[in-house]
Amino acid sequence: MRIPCPHCGTRDLREFTYQGAALAQPEGDWSPDWDSYLHLRDNPAGETRDRWYHNPCGTWVVVTRDTVSHAVTGGIAAREAGA
Amino acid sequence: MRVAGFGIHAGAAARFRFDGQSFEGREGEPLAAALLANDIRLVGRSFKYHRPRGILTAGSEEPNALVTTGDGAGATPNVRATVQEVWDGLEARSQNAWPSLRADVMAVNDLAWRFLGAGFYYKTFMWPRAFWERVYEPIIRRAAGLGGLSGAHNPDRYERAFAYCDLLVIGAGPAGLMAALTAGRSGARVILADEDARMGGRCLSERFEICAGPAHVWASGVLDELASLPNVTLMPRTTVTGVYDQGTYGALERVGLHRAADPRLPLECFWRIVAKRAVLCAGAIERPVAFKDNDRPGVMTASAVRGYLNRWGVAAGQSVTLFANNDDAHRTARDMVAAGIKVAGVIDSRDTAPDSRDYPVYRQGRVVGTRGRLGLTSISIAHAGGVRDIRTDCLAMSGGWNPSVHLTCHLGARPVWDPETQAFLPADGAVPGLAVAGAARGVFSTAGCLADGVAQAASALEALGLAAPKIDLPDTEDDPYRLAALWQVPGKGRAWLDFQNDVTVKDVVQAAAENFRSVEHMKRYTTQGMATDQGKNSNVAALAVLADATGRGIAETGTTTFRPPFSPVSIAALGAGAQGKGFAPQRFTTSHAASVERGAPMIEAGLWYRPSYFPRAGEATWREACDREVGMVRGAVGVCDVSTLGKIDIKGPDAGAFLDFVYANTFSKLKPGRVRYGLMLREDGHVMDDGTTACLGEGHYLMTTTTAAAGLVMRHLDYVAQVLRPEMDVQIASVTEHWAQFAVAGPKSRELLDSLLDAPVDPEAFPFMACGPVSVTGVSGRLFRISFSGEHAYEVAVPARYGAALWRLLVAQAEVLGGGAYGMEALNVLRIEKGLLTHAELHGRTTAFDMGLGGMLSKKKDFVGRAAAGRAGLLEDSRQQLVGLRPVEAGAPLPAGAHLFEKTAPAVRGNSHGYVTSTAHSPTLGTTLALGFLASGRARHGETIRLVDHMRGVETLCEVTGPVAFDPEGGRARG
Repeated sequence: MRIPCPHCGTRDLREFTYQGAALAQPEGDWSPDWDSYLHLRDNPAGETRDRWYHNPCGTWVVVTRDTVSHAVTGGIAAREAGA
Repeated sequence: MRVAGFGIHAGAAARFRFDGQSFEGREGEPLAAALLANDIRLVGRSFKYHRPRGILTAGSEEPNALVTTGDGAGATPNVRATVQEVWDGLEARSQNAWPSLRADVMAVNDLAWRFLGAGFYYKTFMWPRAFWERVYEPIIRRAAGLGGLSGAHNPDRYERAFAYCDLLVIGAGPAGLMAALTAGRSGARVILADEDARMGGRCLSERFEICAGPAHVWASGVLDELASLPNVTLMPRTTVTGVYDQGTYGALERVGLHRAADPRLPLECFWRIVAKRAVLCAGAIERPVAFKDNDRPGVMTASAVRGYLNRWGVAAGQSVTLFANNDDAHRTARDMVAAGIKVAGVIDSRDTAPDSRDYPVYRQGRVVGTRGRLGLTSISIAHAGGVRDIRTDCLAMSGGWNPSVHLTCHLGARPVWDPETQAFLPADGAVPGLAVAGAARGVFSTAGCLADGVAQAASALEALGLAAPKIDLPDTEDDPYRLAALWQVPGKGRAWLDFQNDVTVKDVVQAAAENFRSVEHMKRYTTQGMATDQGKNSNVAALAVLADATGRGIAETGTTTFRPPFSPVSIAALGAGAQGKGFAPQRFTTSHAASVERGAPMIEAGLWYRPSYFPRAGEATWREACDREVGMVRGAVGVCDVSTLGKIDIKGPDAGAFLDFVYANTFSKLKPGRVRYGLMLREDGHVMDDGTTACLGEGHYLMTTTTAAAGLVMRHLDYVAQVLRPEMDVQIASVTEHWAQFAVAGPKSRELLDSLLDAPVDPEAFPFMACGPVSVTGVSGRLFRISFSGEHAYEVAVPARYGAALWRLLVAQAEVLGGGAYGMEALNVLRIEKGLLTHAELHGRTTAFDMGLGGMLSKKKDFVGRAAAGRAGLLEDSRQQLVGLRPVEAGAPLPAGAHLFEKTAPAVRGNSHGYVTSTAHSPTLGTTLALGFLASGRARHGETIRLVDHMRGVETLCEVTGPVAFDPEGGRARG
């Protein structure tokens, strides 16, 4: 698998650490939103956006990919991606 | 038998041994050719029936001729004799035969074949159940098998490597050469990989002409041009074995297997090739026909028979017969005649077979039986004109060609049945970015392959945005393939489909009869296609038989799943470099050499290596050394390398606010020159890590992490800075390797430092938890008044390049003061005596509340993990809380991992009240001590509980205490 790092270009999977779906963190005290954010993640068949850490350069990347076709269609810096 | 004047290979004479006997071959020719040249036809025994077997093919798909090369720990089993090149001194042995290949005792299995059919094991070895593993399995494993491993450590070298290109061309036959030439001339970066030692594919094994000359001469010309192009890389002896996502291809290169051992060379190299586009020109594999006793040595595929003649100058027999269903196979008979070898007859299943003046052609013919115990002597045929026997020592057979579609199926696509060629062809768009050209997609004439190679390369170049050059197509044969379906000859007896695994037509029919009608079920019931050739020779024919037996069409029956690798890949090549110490990188501190010099055993801490203890003369055990080192720190001064702790430099106007958000406690109010202990939570409210952070100046902090979590914390800080708080102006850099840092601990620590610092430590300027710049023998460094031992202690840091020198100075001075270096064992004892935490306690399932650090969670600010840490369930008094444990009988063992029970309760899981995380013998207190988690532990100090370790057979009564066993007021560290 090859992942596009906006800083270094497309690199091998082994340089990245996977984190999970690119969701916005809820605000405020504990709520069902927090529960859902921490524990109830979707497992979509199809397009998904998730965060990967590019270990060599320290960039968090939001990767758009397809869990069915394995196509990777985009990778932008999390800093620019917004929540 | 060698044929004078035939063959295009010019190798020097080379001696090799097979089963101990010495033979002469030619350097670089396959072992199979050299054996045939020496009239060796019996090469191995089959998997199940131990049937005598010879050489079936001339390629990597060979199922029969498997040998073991080399000796002892360096031996390699299951080497295909068709792939192994001969070199002077090559040693090869046959497999799966005892006492000898010619007189194999287990051949008795063949007499019992009626009982050993499909599903035999499942039906026979059912009772008693207790016999499954201890009796049946060993017997079956011994009886059925291939070559064995030595069981010794593999001493051979392997490598891994990476390559990148615009266009990867897989296979260097007519189509592949033209594809590479087209792309090479366009300027694209091209890799041409081919599994053969010499590129050219069928150009090397056929007698057709290209450009009015021998095909191999044309191929050499193209290869010369490709070799001259700087943008083209030729990779011979390299099999592309797998297709992976985003244009990643796995490939295995044979580097040192074709020559005498050379310690400078690896045996194999596993490549990961990343290609923007690829063209698959893998060609096709000729398929055998299933007829009675078609497995005798001497029965070969037709293309192999003429390949051995045309390329290697070796005749596979003296009286050759041919059994075929297509025009292409008749080349074999013509080539044999051209070489002056007798063709005793051509049996063609069609009534339109081409006639010949040179040999009899039997139309509507079929081979109905063969004879010859250890090698073919004659065949029986039936044809339009009757039946007869023919004396022959080599039967060339051809049931047509199967395009090598394997790689197109590795991402899940299924091939498509083509009735015209009676073959499976690759599905369109099966692999993104991969096109297929030539015989691999059913284009069988040479002219068609050349044109297709150009066309597919041109499309790939267009997709890459490159202009394809104009290429003139060379003149060559464009003969029609003409084929009629022929899979099996019906009749009594056994007709082999999968030669290696001994699967016959009867087995497939029986599987269908027992309702294993799905092709995947049939495969597993019969083991069809599960041999080392993965059914390359047999799968399509087996499908045809299954289709017939179940009354379905072949297309409807479908294929089994194709998975990587295309041909066998040694695990040693995949794991190259990762044996022993190569498994993970090693990180060494600047004091490493000095520690090793002093005989300190080094233990792994993550990727780091740290000294366990520093033994001195007269100390018989590690405990003696450890107790002495603890005593040094408590009584004088000890020195310990703590450089492995993560160090993260944090700077910027928002650095203080950033730390406030990262840590559960407050840091923004920390003044320059001060240090604070911090606790970091995960988003789910559990503790991630702890450590101290020093304020070096306005908006400039140095965070330390535990050794184990340094990488994790760095990633987490980047996550917070880039994802959760991108608006903050803060810069973060790991500086772990930049600084060597040493703990100097003990009552005489200041005295020691004063002897090395350019100005003595000012006690006013360096109270407990202070930090600041210092000059150490003229080197600018940093001094921190922090303690992980409970003693008056410092950590002194200098740029890493001075670490080795400073360490030696510190240790020497410490020894002058009655102290010395201490290692991990003593460090652990010191911190357990003080109830300080490591990842034994911060193991991911514990909270600040559990640790008794709930008060550190700030109520005045937001921080990572705040919401989740406030959940009621994480704050219940019944939770397991950190406690100290001390045995009622001083010194009794308190092993880590032991569980805690009420005194009289049975020691079973449901009764467990907690567990031990850390344990040590405290020389300071003269007893064993432990830290652990106990339900409602903080309320149970003073209670006596029972500690039980079922694994070690330990049971100890102990008292529950606070976590801090030594100097609970902390006066020693502050004073």
